[in-house]
Amino acid sequence: MGEYSIQELTSIFAMQGFAGLSLFSVLLLMALGLAIIFGQMGVINMAHGEFMAVGAYTTYLMSVISETYFPWFTQYYFLFAIMASFFIAGILGYLTEFILIRHLYKRPLDTLLATWGLSLIMQQTFRSLFGAREVSPTLPDWLMGSYQPTDSIYIPINGMFVLGLTAVVTIGVYILMYRSNWGLAVRATTQNRIMSGAVGINTKKIDRLTFALGCGIAGIAGAAFTTIASTGPTSGSLYIVDTFMVVVFGGAASLFGTIASAFTIAQAQSILEFFISGSMAKVLTLLTLVIILMMRPEGLFSIKVRK
Amino acid sequence: MSSNTDFALAIEDLTVSFDGFKAVDNLSLYVDTNELRVVIGPNGAGKTTLLDLICGKTKSTSGSIKFKNKELSKLSEHQIVHAGVGRKFQTPSIYENLSVYDNLEVSYPQGRSVMGSLLFNRTAKVDARIREIAGEVFLEDFLSMEAALLSHGQKQWLEIGMLLIQDPELLMLDEPVAGMSVKERELTAELLNRISKGRSVLVIEHDMEFVARIAHKVTVLHQGKILAEGDMKTVQNNPDVIEVYLGH
Amino acid sequence: MNFLYERFLGGKNGAIGLAILAILILIILPASLDLFRLNMVGKYLTYAFVAVSLVLLWGYGGILSLGQGVFFGLGGYCMAMFLKLEASDIESTSIQSTPGIPDFMDWNQLTELPWFWVPFHSFSFTLFAVIAVPAIFAFIIGYSMFKRRVGGVYFAIITQVIAVIITVLIVGQQGYTGGINGITDLKTIHGWDIREDSAKYILYFINAFLLFGVILISRFILTSKFGRLLLAMRDKEDRVRFSGYDVSNFKIFIFCVSAVIAAIGGAMFTLQVGFMSPSFVGIVPSIEMVIYAAVGGRMSLIGVVYGTLLVNSGKTIFSETFPELWLFLMGGLFIAVVMFFPNGLAGIWDKYGKPHLDRIPKPKFLSSAKALISNKNASSVKDSK
Repeated sequence: MGEYSIQELTSIFAMQGFAGLSLFSVLLLMALGLAIIFGQMGVINMAHGEFMAVGAYTTYLMSVISETYFPWFTQYYFLFAIMASFFIAGILGYLTEFILIRHLYKRPLDTLLATWGLSLIMQQTFRSLFGAREVSPTLPDWLMGSYQPTDSIYIPINGMFVLGLTAVVTIGVYILMYRSNWGLAVRATTQNRIMSGAVGINTKKIDRLTFALGCGIAGIAGAAFTTIASTGPTSGSLYIVDTFMVVVFGGAASLFGTIASAFTIAQAQSILEFFISGSMAKVLTLLTLVIILMMRPEGLFSIKVRK
Repeated sequence: MSSNTDFALAIEDLTVSFDGFKAVDNLSLYVDTNELRVVIGPNGAGKTTLLDLICGKTKSTSGSIKFKNKELSKLSEHQIVHAGVGRKFQTPSIYENLSVYDNLEVSYPQGRSVMGSLLFNRTAKVDARIREIAGEVFLEDFLSMEAALLSHGQKQWLEIGMLLIQDPELLMLDEPVAGMSVKERELTAELLNRISKGRSVLVIEHDMEFVARIAHKVTVLHQGKILAEGDMKTVQNNPDVIEVYLGH
Repeated sequence: MNFLYERFLGGKNGAIGLAILAILILIILPASLDLFRLNMVGKYLTYAFVAVSLVLLWGYGGILSLGQGVFFGLGGYCMAMFLKLEASDIESTSIQSTPGIPDFMDWNQLTELPWFWVPFHSFSFTLFAVIAVPAIFAFIIGYSMFKRRVGGVYFAIITQVIAVIITVLIVGQQGYTGGINGITDLKTIHGWDIREDSAKYILYFINAFLLFGVILISRFILTSKFGRLLLAMRDKEDRVRFSGYDVSNFKIFIFCVSAVIAAIGGAMFTLQVGFMSPSFVGIVPSIEMVIYAAVGGRMSLIGVVYGTLLVNSGKTIFSETFPELWLFLMGGLFIAVVMFFPNGLAGIWDKYGKPHLDRIPKPKFLSSAKALISNKNASSVKDSK
């Protein structure tokens, strides 16, 4: 690092750090959904990345529609696209649970394979519908440009927007899971399914909605994703391994753990990327994670419980 | 480290805490050879945790567990078994997909290493031993049956048989008669009396009538501590015990 | 004799199944297919090694590795390194700025053979490495995971991450590994040209015999007490542990065995196809190999060979004619097998095929052979087909 001055290094860290925050946002949004599904239901959803892609393509579609038919709407469509992404991915998730997942609850490894099959089907569907080429929605003007606190630091506005969105969703998830009756029912079902059923919680409905919620959040992640990269049929699958690492590393049942681990992984990768090649940054990050997980398989933020 | 004793099993100052909650709290317990000890106590008293600690499923926070003056608390699960400790779980834990015969054979204490198990041979001696144990636990007619098809009580017996085939010197049974018919209970009581010769047996049980039939000595646990100890009569008349069982 | 028959062939059913498979692979296919197609079958059969390794690991052990491609790749790369070195002698690489090293190293401005390439000049070292490298790698992973009781979906995900790491590493370190293109232009073993027709036939049969050898050894493992312990662990790990077994050792062992089996397949792949690349290492090939095993029947050593052949023929036919349809079909296959046919082809055969076969009167020599072996064994695991 000798050739950089202190001031340059500070700028590099600030900008790479901010680039890391964008990655952090997408990873966290993906991981929130996955952690809900995995942590609460013990289901490994390999198609989670494709639900993100559903959100991204929904946003793209909304953009195309509003550009073609309602040009006055192009400045505002994005906010609606976020909601549409949430609902469309959520509804698809609901159907997936109903058709596929609920038959496989006691067979986690089989669920993994079945959802992998689902991801292949979804990828090919994207390819058939939208082509193999990557697409990008037209972003409204207010998302463009960057904020420049000093001469050498540029912070893109879309990044800040995504970060804000992530914060809102995270707080929403927290309130829903830990401060609402519904969240109480979900957590009760996780702890003791039979007992929850006995006290009048409709555990099947809870499962279905939990899965739908997780997929819906992945849809929001997809909408956020479109602001920082373009979307292709396999965009989702590129993030699935990283997302799993976030969830496992954070300890599946802990919201704080998920946030901290998404932050650590995104920042490590992003800052390393500046100094060594991108692929080596990834290798180094993943390798460190695997080694840490081998030493602490239950994740970094779990507590000792009585079995 | 505590000193050696004449007891087969000597537990001293044993404590385990889960996130601050002490499930077993500074507990000391001694069991003799040829003794059948029953541990009773209300739910959450720490009975199952105690067995978990002895067999190594849970690691203690402090204290010592000595079996024949050998410290167990630092050993791994299979080493504890090799030291002569066998444990039956609360819900019968057998291999449902294997036959009764195979269940017993898998438990036969030979071929316990990777290579040993690859080269293990079903000799006449092994076969005879499996049949002998099957007879002892009333399953001689069910040897070729898939274990999943056994009745609940038979599964309990099978698991006891899987332990007996290893000839353990300390046998720990967590609720051995749960789900058994009256007739099966009687047979089990006889079985337990028979097998406590030459070894120590530690039983957790809720059914007081059954306890009275088998117990040499009873230990009452409450909130991770020993509340009372002695023969059944003394314990039953102990005011603290009555308070705990009937008080709330 | 009886011992060998029961333990290696798996008794009557195992022996018949194996004989039918041998007739198909050793006689029918070589006699009926042209060399191009036969070479393709040979390629599929190298994947069958991985499928067999998954029967041991996943079917019986209940341990799902989503990184079997890594071991396939390690075996394949070891073999490819040897072949590449032989193809890169000073004479044929004289136009390079550093003659005598593989071409891709020269393109990446390497001026010296990296140290870990040097021993691969020796063929016997290479054969040793094909076995040892994956075994050691699997031992390290297995030891660190199973000793800490990492299992189930966590193990699956971590093996998947390892597949990602290895792939990114191979692609990223072009100068040392040949990068995304892999190691290509492989020609000879000690002067014997593996691209010639006769060599292709010979390699096909070597591959087939190795596959049968692997199946026999796997059968030996599964019919031993070890095999029953694997099943027992899959269902009640704690009970096995509290019966005095060090469960992790058993898992480490079977993981290493399965890694070696996959690696032999990889080495044979390199020999028959003539190159090795990261596209056989990553997540996608690894999980595709799982579907071969799932379609064939995860509990059946012979079923998975059919599964592999079937899925791969399907893939070849479909991706030649309707490439879009293939992914739908493949996805559907994953879902259908898991939901409706958890025991795959072997399960379907057991349910519908075998009862018919059993009703057919048996030839005399078979029934006398049967009488010979059906003496005791009142009890045996209900497993192998």
